[in-house]
Amino acid sequence: MIKEWFKTGSPWVWLNAAAVSICLIMIISVLGLVAVRGASHFWPAEVLQFSYQDDDGTVQPIIGEHVDSSVTPAAMAKANGIKMADNEDVLIQYLIKTGNRDVTGSDFRWIQERHIKSQAVPEAIVVVERREWGNFYGHLTAVKESGKVIASGEAAISVALQKLAETLVVFKDIAHLEKKEIGAVNYDLERLRLKQKGLQLRNQWDAQAQTDWAAEKAADDAQYHAYQAQLQGLYQKVRQHSIMVKADNGKELEISLAKVVRLYQPNQMGVFGKIGHYGSKLVEFLTDDPREANTEGGIFPAIFGTVLMVMMMSVIVTPFGVIAAVYLREYAKQGFITRVIRIAVNNLAGVPSIVYGVFGLGFFVYILGGNIDQLFFPEAAPAPVFGTPGLLWASITLALLTLPVVIVSTEEGLSRIPKAIREGSLALGATKLETLWLTVLPMASPAMMTGLILAVARAAGEVAPLMLVGVVKMAPTLPLDGNFPFLHLDRKFMHLGFHIYDVGFQSPNVEAARPLVYATSLLLVVVILGLNLSAILIRNHLREKYRALEG
Amino acid sequence: MSEINTHTHLSVMHKSSNSFYQKWRLAKDTIARYGVVAGGMGVIAAVVMIFFYLLYVVFPLFLPATAESASQYPVPESALGKTLLLDMEEQNQVAARFTDTGNIVFFDVASGKTLLKAAVTIPAASHITSFAQATPVNEGAVIYGLSNGQAVIVKHQYKVTYANNAKVITPSIEYPMGDKPLVLAESGLALDKITAQISDGSTTVVAKTAQHIYLSSFQKEQALFADEATLTRTDAMLNVPSAGVQDMLIDKDGSHLYLLSSQGRLDFYDIGDKSSPVLKQAQNIVDAKQSITSLTFLNGDLSLLVGDSSGLVAQWSMVRDESNRSMMQKIRAFKVSDKAVIALKSEQRRKGFLTLDATGELGIYHSTAEKQLISEHVADGLSAVALSPRANAALMEAADGKIRFWTIENEHPEVSLKALWQKVWYESYPKPDYIWQSSASNNDFEPKYSLVPLVFGTLKAAFYAMLVAMPLALMGAIYTAYFMNPTMRQYVKPVIELMGALPTVILGFLAGLWLAPFIEEHLSGFFALFLIVPMAIMVFAYCWQFMPKPFLEKIPEGSDAMLLVPVILLAGFFAFSVSTPLEIALFHGSLRDWFKNELGIGYDQRNALVVGVAMGFAVIPTIFSIAEDAIFSVPKHLTVGSLALGATPWQTLSKVVLLTASPGIFSAVMIGFGRAVGETMIVLMSTGNTPVMDLSVFQGMRTLAANIAVEMPESEVDSTHYRVLFLTALVLFAFTFIFNTLAEVIRQRLREKYSSL
Repeated sequence: MIKEWFKTGSPWVWLNAAAVSICLIMIISVLGLVAVRGASHFWPAEVLQFSYQDDDGTVQPIIGEHVDSSVTPAAMAKANGIKMADNEDVLIQYLIKTGNRDVTGSDFRWIQERHIKSQAVPEAIVVVERREWGNFYGHLTAVKESGKVIASGEAAISVALQKLAETLVVFKDIAHLEKKEIGAVNYDLERLRLKQKGLQLRNQWDAQAQTDWAAEKAADDAQYHAYQAQLQGLYQKVRQHSIMVKADNGKELEISLAKVVRLYQPNQMGVFGKIGHYGSKLVEFLTDDPREANTEGGIFPAIFGTVLMVMMMSVIVTPFGVIAAVYLREYAKQGFITRVIRIAVNNLAGVPSIVYGVFGLGFFVYILGGNIDQLFFPEAAPAPVFGTPGLLWASITLALLTLPVVIVSTEEGLSRIPKAIREGSLALGATKLETLWLTVLPMASPAMMTGLILAVARAAGEVAPLMLVGVVKMAPTLPLDGNFPFLHLDRKFMHLGFHIYDVGFQSPNVEAARPLVYATSLLLVVVILGLNLSAILIRNHLREKYRALEG
Repeated sequence: MSEINTHTHLSVMHKSSNSFYQKWRLAKDTIARYGVVAGGMGVIAAVVMIFFYLLYVVFPLFLPATAESASQYPVPESALGKTLLLDMEEQNQVAARFTDTGNIVFFDVASGKTLLKAAVTIPAASHITSFAQATPVNEGAVIYGLSNGQAVIVKHQYKVTYANNAKVITPSIEYPMGDKPLVLAESGLALDKITAQISDGSTTVVAKTAQHIYLSSFQKEQALFADEATLTRTDAMLNVPSAGVQDMLIDKDGSHLYLLSSQGRLDFYDIGDKSSPVLKQAQNIVDAKQSITSLTFLNGDLSLLVGDSSGLVAQWSMVRDESNRSMMQKIRAFKVSDKAVIALKSEQRRKGFLTLDATGELGIYHSTAEKQLISEHVADGLSAVALSPRANAALMEAADGKIRFWTIENEHPEVSLKALWQKVWYESYPKPDYIWQSSASNNDFEPKYSLVPLVFGTLKAAFYAMLVAMPLALMGAIYTAYFMNPTMRQYVKPVIELMGALPTVILGFLAGLWLAPFIEEHLSGFFALFLIVPMAIMVFAYCWQFMPKPFLEKIPEGSDAMLLVPVILLAGFFAFSVSTPLEIALFHGSLRDWFKNELGIGYDQRNALVVGVAMGFAVIPTIFSIAEDAIFSVPKHLTVGSLALGATPWQTLSKVVLLTASPGIFSAVMIGFGRAVGETMIVLMSTGNTPVMDLSVFQGMRTLAANIAVEMPESEVDSTHYRVLFLTALVLFAFTFIFNTLAEVIRQRLREKYSSL
């Protein structure tokens, strides 16, 4: 019976079908994993209070969020040096995010389920998101103004929230002043420094130039001091208020409101409160700068850098890709040359991306950039301007990397345009260029669009070459700002993909940073899958259209 | 109105402008043609440019070194005595000649003009009986042993100043231990051999009289807040070995002392404790008939270079044997000449050295690369030689009383085919091995550029990835192209291809931070998966045929894949849930420990298994897409004919379709392999990146691509390391180029075949 069944070949068909199922399960579970972990990061978690008995028998309270649990067989637990009773088969452990890194030295703690005497969800617990030392979990006891208690007990929370809101408004002013205004002055001072050096190099550093220069410098200096004074005042204002909090181990500490980003009581929140919190965290994630070595806060500079780099790359790659495709499809006689070009295109697509990075670093950065510096920026030496990895070189390198995507896609589009259209145009006396420019290319534009979208999707997710040609973990300034010439091609930038690598693997506190990495991954996946899906839709639409044309 | 205007305008201008307009149109057309052709060729140019640029950077690695004579001049101030030592400063501008009368002559390297004469202060009624360069050589200290049992240490140094945009180098001498001689032998006997080691905190001097060997160490102790440092002196005495002493050396840490007898016996003392030196080893290091003619440390002072009268230079290095004892052992030898080696000089920043033989032949070698770089005849009867600190110039004094100044071009001696691809015996390693270790913080580090571990790691990662990807992708492609119903195919294919669009950085992140700990925790469940899932599929498939007919007819044909999804999920869940009890029952509770204890296989959290799964995931869509296309486009009349002749679908597939599409499938696999070889982020994030050579699936690796990503940003431009990294990029490029080109050619052939069928 079974032999017969094998003879029909149907088990092999089932096995082949299983391969498809496994592939589908794999991709869907990966997407699901990223989506669930990424999207749940902003949801305010319940904060639990355990009363926990240590190995030495003392009972102490532990406050924190439940993050993870693990089940270990007794034998393995014993091998790891944990005492197990004979009747215990498994050891259940919970990973608790206890925060308070400044008090206890670490953010996380494993506790054993069997030692938990009781657990509760006290409503009074506050979570304080801070600018340094991570979250604080505990109880709010009092609010102080210039060292004097102005509220305590039940009333403290509302006063604290009100004062925090005031402080955050001032903080916005500070951020604006520091980044925009003082940033601009600093930029101008640097420009002046280079100008002086340039003039000296060209032997034009005469009396006239010196007085002009001194006047400009004096103006900048005055401006700078004015801003500094203003900043001083603002800082004094935010440092006025502080809150007194008590950690789970009974230790009391004072946190200045200047160091607080957010203060909330997750156990008291209703569904709407939680949704509101989620929204505000999401907005912070998308629009704010990173904090605490990139492990907290937002990822705005990374989003901005990725978008800007991809846009510059598009500008470079589109014309080249389209021209190459037009040559292959419209001009070249199909034969040896086109075969060689197709092989070259396939090789461009198949060469490991890191090789592009190496090429970009050696050729674009050191050779082209180095020569540009010598010719145009002698005054900046020895500091390199273009002779160091930066936005321009990253864009060009990725343009080279994504060239085959645009070529292949455009060529496909061109091949679908019926011959009759070209012949009609030529028969009416149009030259080949006019035929192309006025009929063929407009019709093929959705195909080019598809190619471009795919290229953008590829470039947005590529990290390896960027690590060599311009991405950094923390860029102090955006490559686009209000200082002339506005677009700074020589600056280094942040990138979503590299951000994932850097925060996930290079940061000092990987465990704490992990949720943020999932959230970043989710954003990147959504963007890239969205781009790919739209490319597929455009392509399908196009195919339908030409099928109608041919029919 | 405007239209009419234009019209009249055109017709008025007709005669003169029409021909011009036509010409302009045609000209535009021609220009566009050339532009487009240039654009098309640009693609070829890009590939060629990448290749040639990589080659251009790599090329200097394989350029031969050169040495040429720059100038020669009579020995400056030859009246001040015979030359004991020549030395040069870093810029190759000023050299020093140390004479046997205690004079130091500083002269211009290019012209031989004397710049400064300095005499070492020597007590009256004594004369110089021995002389040596102190280690480390780059400190520039020398020691004179005197006839009254005393010794003087002198340091020559150079100050660089800029005056009127010109560099001026001013030489001077200094007495680091004070200009009062050190009393070494209380007996007042002449010191006939001497050597010293000098560092910031301590100085060790070893001197020999006719009866004893004196070892004196001076420890400088800087008291807190005090300007004056106090010297603490420790003394010890050794007996002169019966064989006599021909040469003595102390290493730069002052912890090892080597005494060489004239018969070629080397005594090696541990002098870590200066008050009681311990003889560790005594060994003959030269053939009985030969004698040792020169002896020096290789840079780093871990190896001795021994030149003998037969023209052989041997490298002796401290090697740990099985019982973990350090012994001097000969790790390689160079046949330099047929005549005696008369001088050996080590480079100060690399593991290279210079040799002079009795016939006046200059040789430059590199120890790690085991390569002769330069061999040039300089002059007969060479006596003294100086190699500049940057090893790019040499000064040699010949019997004709002239000093010859040679410049040396030798940028990348570390690289040879042997160093890159064969086992090399590195210093302080127990045996020859393949090691990649490109840089360290200190200057005397021996770079280890074996590409073998990296290539091995690359192939290992690609192998495991293909092991995961190939069956899934090919079987999936077969099913999707041949059995699946068209509506489902319309959705399944893009979804699997979308897998390929996922950024590898996300796959790497998940592999490193989610999958690796998951597999570590559920290792047995993971293995159970491979057993239970196929079994469950088979059982389900077998039972399926016994389902009631009316029910079967309702399920559209070719949707088996959908039916199997819940089966596989359940089987997977089952596999993980039975794994813990199984592990307890069969493997004492932990499969990982069992592997370690029973089979001796260590477990690394980020290992080849994780890489295989993650990179397999990335490669599946590539292989799937191309193979699916190849199978799907097999002409229909072939399959229909086969089916009409009574073959079952499976027979048709395996005997007709797969055979026809096999070149396409082959090229799919090759492109997939090429992708796995070059993948960077996944490997970077999901392995430990240690360049080990271990086939075990539970060990990590470092691949060529990940190595570039890790080391390129820190590598100094145009250094050997930089060029070797470019070489690895070139290897990757060439490798994928061959694979892709082959795959593309096969596909082009296949397309032609299909269109002719």
